[in-house]
Amino acid sequence: MKEILTVSQLNENIKYVLEETFGFVWVEGEVSNLRRPQSGHVYFTLKDDKSQIRAVYFRKYGSPKNRPADFELEEGSSVLCRARLSVYPPRGDYQLIIESVEPRGVGALQKAFEQLKAKLSAEGLFDGQYKKELPFIPKRIGVITSPTGSVIRDILNITKRRFPATDILIAPVKVQGSDAASEIIQALSNLHTNGSVDVIIIARGGGSLEDMAPFNDESLARKIFSSAIPIISAVGHETDFTICDFVADLRAPTPSAAAELVVPERIELLNKINNLKKRAVAGYGRYMADRKKCLAGLQQRFKDPRRLLIDLQIHLDDLQQRMHRNMRHQKQYLAGKLQKLELSLKHQSPAKQVQEIRILLNNLQKDTLTCWRSYWAAHYERLQKNAAVLTSLGPLAVLQRGYSITRKLPSGEIVRHAGTLKTNDEVNIQLAKGNFHARIEKIYEG
Amino acid sequence: MAKEKFEDALEKLEDIVRKMEAGDMPLSDALKSFEEGIKLIRFCSAKLDETQRRVEQLLGNEDSLKVKSFQEEDSDGN
Repeated sequence: MKEILTVSQLNENIKYVLEETFGFVWVEGEVSNLRRPQSGHVYFTLKDDKSQIRAVYFRKYGSPKNRPADFELEEGSSVLCRARLSVYPPRGDYQLIIESVEPRGVGALQKAFEQLKAKLSAEGLFDGQYKKELPFIPKRIGVITSPTGSVIRDILNITKRRFPATDILIAPVKVQGSDAASEIIQALSNLHTNGSVDVIIIARGGGSLEDMAPFNDESLARKIFSSAIPIISAVGHETDFTICDFVADLRAPTPSAAAELVVPERIELLNKINNLKKRAVAGYGRYMADRKKCLAGLQQRFKDPRRLLIDLQIHLDDLQQRMHRNMRHQKQYLAGKLQKLELSLKHQSPAKQVQEIRILLNNLQKDTLTCWRSYWAAHYERLQKNAAVLTSLGPLAVLQRGYSITRKLPSGEIVRHAGTLKTNDEVNIQLAKGNFHARIEKIYEG
Repeated sequence: MAKEKFEDALEKLEDIVRKMEAGDMPLSDALKSFEEGIKLIRFCSAKLDETQRRVEQLLGNEDSLKVKSFQEEDSDGN
């Protein structure tokens, strides 16, 4: 006989079968279609290359123990889920109810660590400006660590060796496991209220990343950040860093290193002080010696004023002498100069030129005279000659040869033409020797 | 002086010694500085001369905290 089911009955049956058969499953896949409604629950589809399944992550189900610190789901990330299979009858859907989820590939803890580190860093919890200065010599050191094991022993030994007077207050805690973080947080509170310590070391030996989980706790990080007492983080090995290391005021690579950083070496300080003492004493001694020497020097230089007077007298004499010498030199110099000027002036004198001109003048006079004489002589000779010619050419000579000169009377005009005469004109006739008057009788014109 | 911090005292001492070595302070200052230097040396030395310490542990919860002595292992032979 056919059993007829309603849809609701069928879905209820499927739900029963699926939930009973599968219970809890571990399933890995890629996150896609991620949605976060107001409720805070996370819906997504988990898929691989061939298939997919709906998934929901109710935050309240994920207990802190199972949920890696602050790991956030991201679209496309590979995850490993611990989930329960469930059917949602109103829609006939089946889906995974995720109990816990962690990233695949990078390592769940590592990823969570990186995410928390980035978050706190962005908030400024690691900023240098918030780092408190450590006391130079702490009176009392709080140490949060396991009360057994090598870590506390190393810290006690090293602090004792370096600076035996420092008190240590141990706040014993578990340093791994799920309670560790809250115990450390409580220990910090206790040390603040009741410890009267002036610095705190949080210490743990090396271990795996899982072992370090308490020191990567966000609440612890915030507790450390808000601490009023400076905190040194000394968790794990040199190469392992924890969130605690980043947020603490000082990070020591190892617990032993923390013990060395927290107190100075007493012997070294004693040596330093002894050295300073020596220097102070020596410096003071030298200072006083210098002053004494200086005083002695001044004493020597401090003189009787009479001696000073003598010195002044000598100085004065010296000055006087130098002045006289100077004046003498000046005088000599000026005299020499004068002489030189006189000499050059004499060279420049016109007397010599006058003499020269006078000589020139004399010579010129002589020359002129000579010249004149010869000129005169030459002319005289010429004159004589000309006189002779003249005499020979003169009327007297002509008259001598028998010629006569007739002059009209009374004018005396020499008659050269008979026409100028009239009958009865009187004329004078000049002969070579004597003259005579005559009267014109007859005229014959030529 | 009693309230003075060791590192401040040390710094002051270093400063005094440096100045004294430079040798250019007035005599009265030199005397004063020397005296102060000696005081600081005594202070610093005294701070360092204490060698006893207490090692204790803080036990209990918030409401009933108590400080108990902690048994130190003498692993370094002291």
